Amino acid sequence: MSIAHEFDYAKPARLKEALALLARPAPRAAAALAGGSVPLAGGTDLVAWLRDGAVRPGRLVDVKGLAELRGIRLQGGKLWIGAAVPFAEIIESPLVKKHAPVLVESSGMVASVGVRNRATIGGNVCSAVPCCDSGPTLLVHEATVHVATPRGTKRIPMKKWFLGPRRTALAKGGIVLGFSLPLARHAAAFAKLKRYRGEDLAQASVAVRVDAKGAWRVAYGSVAPTPIRGPKVERLLKGVKKPDAALLKKAAALAEAEVAPITDIRSSDVYRRLMVGVMLKRAVKLAAARLAGRGPDYGINVMEEDAQ
Amino acid sequence: MIREIAIRLNGEVRRAAVAPNETLLDVLRGKFGVKTPKEGCGRGDCGACTVLLDGKAVRSCLILAIEVDGQSVVTLEGVGKDKPTALQKAFVKNNVFQCGFCAPGMILSSAALLAENPQPTEHEVREALAGNLCRCTGYEPIVATVLEVAKKSAKKKPAARRARS
Repeated sequence: MSIAHEFDYAKPARLKEALALLARPAPRAAAALAGGSVPLAGGTDLVAWLRDGAVRPGRLVDVKGLAELRGIRLQGGKLWIGAAVPFAEIIESPLVKKHAPVLVESSGMVASVGVRNRATIGGNVCSAVPCCDSGPTLLVHEATVHVATPRGTKRIPMKKWFLGPRRTALAKGGIVLGFSLPLARHAAAFAKLKRYRGEDLAQASVAVRVDAKGAWRVAYGSVAPTPIRGPKVERLLKGVKKPDAALLKKAAALAEAEVAPITDIRSSDVYRRLMVGVMLKRAVKLAAARLAGRGPDYGINVMEEDAQ
Repeated sequence: MIREIAIRLNGEVRRAAVAPNETLLDVLRGKFGVKTPKEGCGRGDCGACTVLLDGKAVRSCLILAIEVDGQSVVTLEGVGKDKPTALQKAFVKNNVFQCGFCAPGMILSSAALLAENPQPTEHEVREALAGNLCRCTGYEPIVATVLEVAKKSAKKKPAARRARS
């Protein structure tokens, strides 16, 4: 058997039941082995962690069927993306393509088709690994995370979401319902550095977004304990819709200085830091071109040769 | 906690008593005797365990069997049951596999791609197969053969390519 420890499984039909299950201790036999209840969505991280023994829940509460967590729609003047929407659905969504197309770009770089058919955006953000591809993109969109708790719904801004590697602002017993993204005319780009083509976790990633007034938002992945914003580069680029080579060089230097990468199995800290500068330049150029109505369609990676 | 699940496996309803910690791959191989899905990496990177879940390619090593109660699962055993499909024939004709460990996953991922997008570009084929690792061939014959099959099917019936919204 590939998962060594035992746990209970429940698939509640209603959100209320799911919250009640998450609040209630797991049944005796399983609870003796391990901790409490853990929500399960696509499972592409969680099941791997169960196999490793890194997570040892007493009960899994399968939330992916809950209506509240499904769907992509415009709601209250914002783009709503349900937490249990798999990446494959985000990539194909005309609404995402129209209002937050960089999410098509970043979602298309998550693992592989077989994982994207199952892995959800909510799960990606709850796993909260430093290299999570949705983190930088949702950060530059200043998305809000909607969380259901037994005491009502809470809204948490993305910038307050990530607390550390695999740690989020989601309190025990809460369920992420989805994300709301403010709507505005803008252009954006996502760059992901990988060891090879095809599927890989990010060695580093950069998301940038610029609005019609030239206000920039920048975020990085895999170069700090969590995905982070890049306030120094944002201030430097403020108001500039067509950055020239000298400004891009300055921005790249600032980017290298405002990240804090480590050395691990995928890359050295120095390589990450230097590449973040390169990636920022390319992403800013691409977003500026897109804002001007030029530039390639969303869904490319500027870190691959044929995208240049 | 053991529960009975029922899945439509290769077109036939099959039942099994499963514990929550059994993966779909465990149950397919161990309880249903379906051996083409393989355990390679056990963490979703290699694609050897690929099956079609309600028509979509997924990683059976990262899915719990209990999650798919009531759903439809297709493994390679369910593809070309009566006679090999055009894709399978072309893979054989071009001798695209060597050891064959990746073959079930490659065939299922390719079949899912062609069902959804009958005329893929080379980039789209590579993207669709990016999660299926092959350590023998360098991928070239596999990609070329998927493209060859797509081209032939276009000649046979020039059906309009499904608009990708």
